[in-house]
Amino acid sequence: MKYVKQFTIIAFISLIGEALNHLIPLPIPASIYGVVIMFICLETKIIPLSAVRDTGKFLVSLMQIMFIPATVGLIDTWDVFAPNWISYTVIIVVSTFLIMLVSGKMTQLVISLSKKGENHD
Amino acid sequence: MIDFIYGSTFFSVFITLLAYCIGLLIQKKFKHVLFNPLLIAIVLTAAALLILDIDYEKYKANSSFISFFLTPATVCLAIPLYEQFELLKKNWKAVICGIASGILTCLVSVFAMALLFRLDHATYVTLLPKSITTAIGIGVTEELGGYVPITVAAIILSGILGNMFAPSFCKIFKITEPIAKGVAIGTSSHAIGTTKALELGEIEGAMSSLSIVVAGLLTVIGAPLFAGLIA
Repeated sequence: MKYVKQFTIIAFISLIGEALNHLIPLPIPASIYGVVIMFICLETKIIPLSAVRDTGKFLVSLMQIMFIPATVGLIDTWDVFAPNWISYTVIIVVSTFLIMLVSGKMTQLVISLSKKGENHD
Repeated sequence: MIDFIYGSTFFSVFITLLAYCIGLLIQKKFKHVLFNPLLIAIVLTAAALLILDIDYEKYKANSSFISFFLTPATVCLAIPLYEQFELLKKNWKAVICGIASGILTCLVSVFAMALLFRLDHATYVTLLPKSITTAIGIGVTEELGGYVPITVAAIILSGILGNMFAPSFCKIFKITEPIAKGVAIGTSSHAIGTTKALELGEIEGAMSSLSIVVAGLLTVIGAPLFAGLIA
């Protein structure tokens, strides 16, 4: 029963996310509204962590599997991808690793700067 | 045979789960980045569809039981984030600077390489939302007038790259702070990368989850500003 109750809460928040996606004309999906609402509910204790934790962690641990059906769809995209595939591939690979490098290094830099700041105060 | 498979409720779900299980086994045995369970599962499932001559659309419809859980699972990314919120509050400046600099890097690098490859406007804007979560990326591309299937492919490939190479990349480039690793993975490779960040640790997973949301929203704002640069 515990899992049913927990999943009911999670499904309800997904439903609210879906409703917001339907009502607000922005390219923001139900899941993004949902994750923000879930976070606010947890932080304000409207939903206690114990009311969603076990089912939530279980769902999150299976997330990789949930991406397989959509990713297999790449086989259907080849026809539109093929004419420019070299430039697409270069742009995707280079920019993904550049973003990883810059965002990681920047975060690390600001953390070490603020640590230094604390020591001087 | 093919009629049976098309009508079957369980074939697509079974083949997907089986492919993932084989992926996990292979990874356990060889422990190499190229033997990534997600990548193996995608290749094996795609191979099975091609060999058995099954339409992707048919497979997609029959495997919707699996994709169905994606929205509730994404909603639950709020849980690791909530558990690490104290740490986030202490480091919010670093996290925001990290994500914002990452999205700026995305837009600038796509712009620069689009110039280099002489891409037209529609192809260029197609790639601008390449590092954010699929549903937002599709919305951005539609609004800017790009090609949605290519955006989806670019997003998936960015995700798989992050999922496969992020841990070794962070090691090589000395991104050692768990908060920074999480931000790097979530900003560059959204939810598909985040599943790897969650394996690395709770802090990495939480920061990567947050990055999906913030990077998505920043791209909604930033991509239209960059879209006009190539006419």
